[in-house]
Amino acid sequence: MLKDITYTDKKATRDGFGAAMTELGRENPKVVALCADLVGSLKIQPFIDENPDRFFQVGIAEANMMGIAAGLATAGKIPFTSTFANFSTGRVYDQIRQSIAYSHKNVKICASHAGLTLGEDGATHQILEDMGMMKMLPGMVVINPADYNQTKAATKAIANHYGPVYLRFGRPGWPVFMPEDGFEIGKAIMLNKGSDITLIATGHMLWYAVEAAKKLEADGVSVELINIHTIKPLDEEAILKSVRKTGLCVVAEEHQQLGGLGESVAGLLARQHPTKMGFVAVQDSFGESGKPDQLLEKYGLSINNIIEKCQALLS
Amino acid sequence: MSIDIASLKDMASQVRRDIIRQTHLVNSGHPGGSLGCTDFLVLLYFEIMKHDPSFNMEGNGEDMFFLSNGHISPVWYSVLSRSGYFPVEELNTFRKINSRLQGHPATHEGLPGIRVASGSLGQGMSVAIGAALAKRLNKDDRFVYVLTGDGELQEGQVWEAAMFAPHYKLDNLIVTVDWNGQQIDGPNEKVMSLGDLKGKWTSFGWTVFEMDGHDFNSMIQTIQAAQNERGKGKPVCILMKTEMGKGVDFMEGTHQWHGKATNAEQTEIALSQLEETIGDY
Repeated sequence: MLKDITYTDKKATRDGFGAAMTELGRENPKVVALCADLVGSLKIQPFIDENPDRFFQVGIAEANMMGIAAGLATAGKIPFTSTFANFSTGRVYDQIRQSIAYSHKNVKICASHAGLTLGEDGATHQILEDMGMMKMLPGMVVINPADYNQTKAATKAIANHYGPVYLRFGRPGWPVFMPEDGFEIGKAIMLNKGSDITLIATGHMLWYAVEAAKKLEADGVSVELINIHTIKPLDEEAILKSVRKTGLCVVAEEHQQLGGLGESVAGLLARQHPTKMGFVAVQDSFGESGKPDQLLEKYGLSINNIIEKCQALLS
Repeated sequence: MSIDIASLKDMASQVRRDIIRQTHLVNSGHPGGSLGCTDFLVLLYFEIMKHDPSFNMEGNGEDMFFLSNGHISPVWYSVLSRSGYFPVEELNTFRKINSRLQGHPATHEGLPGIRVASGSLGQGMSVAIGAALAKRLNKDDRFVYVLTGDGELQEGQVWEAAMFAPHYKLDNLIVTVDWNGQQIDGPNEKVMSLGDLKGKWTSFGWTVFEMDGHDFNSMIQTIQAAQNERGKGKPVCILMKTEMGKGVDFMEGTHQWHGKATNAEQTEIALSQLEETIGDY
């Protein structure tokens, strides 16, 4: 039930990553971590304190970090690289492409401060193209968890998945409302069953989607709310099953529309079940400095934007 | 250690034939740099390295080699096949459709002996550093070798790696630079000066050696000296003077054969200068 989805606490998704790394450090001796001068931001100091030999500070040299991770993976380690999402993707795309993706290395690219909610640092750091870049790489798994608990669960899950993974999370404190249990790579999570419209959300936008669904339901709209945390491989079956029932679909994400989850869903539906869709995503624009909620509002990613997109399809 | 130099020279001559024949057959590939690095790779695979042609990706307990300048794949494929990693006849498939012998080395098709793809330049040293760190964690006392081109040193990532290895005191890492002075557009000094290479590596914190990449005795002495640096907490860089196109008179000392194969007539002349020792595939 939608009304049961609530939160009492706000925590950053990056804290979920840090907490999982601490646990992985204790549980899996093959796990090693690398960081490019952002240890505090990535919350991995406890991992470093407990496993100093299994941590490699590479300095401000992300290209080198990706190559080193490929080498560590070659020799059987499970490297987790950590820096901001911007420096984890666009800056090092060719290194990831050749040394990690094409070479099928078991490297986990863990990327914080993704999207507009990075806030005040502005557009240089607010990457909104990262999921698109990463999902295009053959064999790359792309995951964008929604809250602290899901980020923690995802971090632990990818350690047990062989192959390259891009894990995207963020900076701000955000409602904690998802269970830590039951996370499965590539498996959508149904938050609410409904019959009028399918609302799909990923990352931070899932909480906004919950709020939007509650308001829509109060207006008598039956919303099927689905969390897609794994952008690739996409849980096609879950999406098709829902859309076949509702006939309408809105996708919300903190990413460019071009290259985002919405585009993946649109491609799926175009091939299998052509459906009217709405997109809550950034429209071919860079961000700017500001507070996370102000930025989401300005760039069309507010709760009201989700409601409006749904209502436009329903009318 | 008594080393049979004559056998190494025989193998090198055969490998050079393989390079000419591979690239001629598909009228593509990079024979120049391959011929220049032949003696070094023959020495590594047939004398220096402890390695197992049954091939284990993780390379535990073995010396590991990474080729950063992946375009000289013909020499590596020849040496790998003649070391027993895969059938020598497979050299016939170089750069053809459905082959494991891609234009640039790749793991994707599962060719034994290749641990990471290379071709986009400047990445091999970083990967080798990762493998060297893993060996240290695993208390594995074997070495990690990486070969890089000289033109490739123009890539910024190389110097990120050059800064990292001394910081981590990686004395199980031996980098060799194929210092032939040539790149696609011409001599290094014309395209983009490398400056004082020895000074650059030294100032980054490396122990630097120089050797003649066509003199087996020089290479053996230098590589042994590099190995003896183990325990001193510094990585080793060997600046290896080579001649692009070595072994074929009309291909030597020019960048013209960097990425161009010989035609039928040129192939005949080239092969007449390279004795068939082990036997053609």
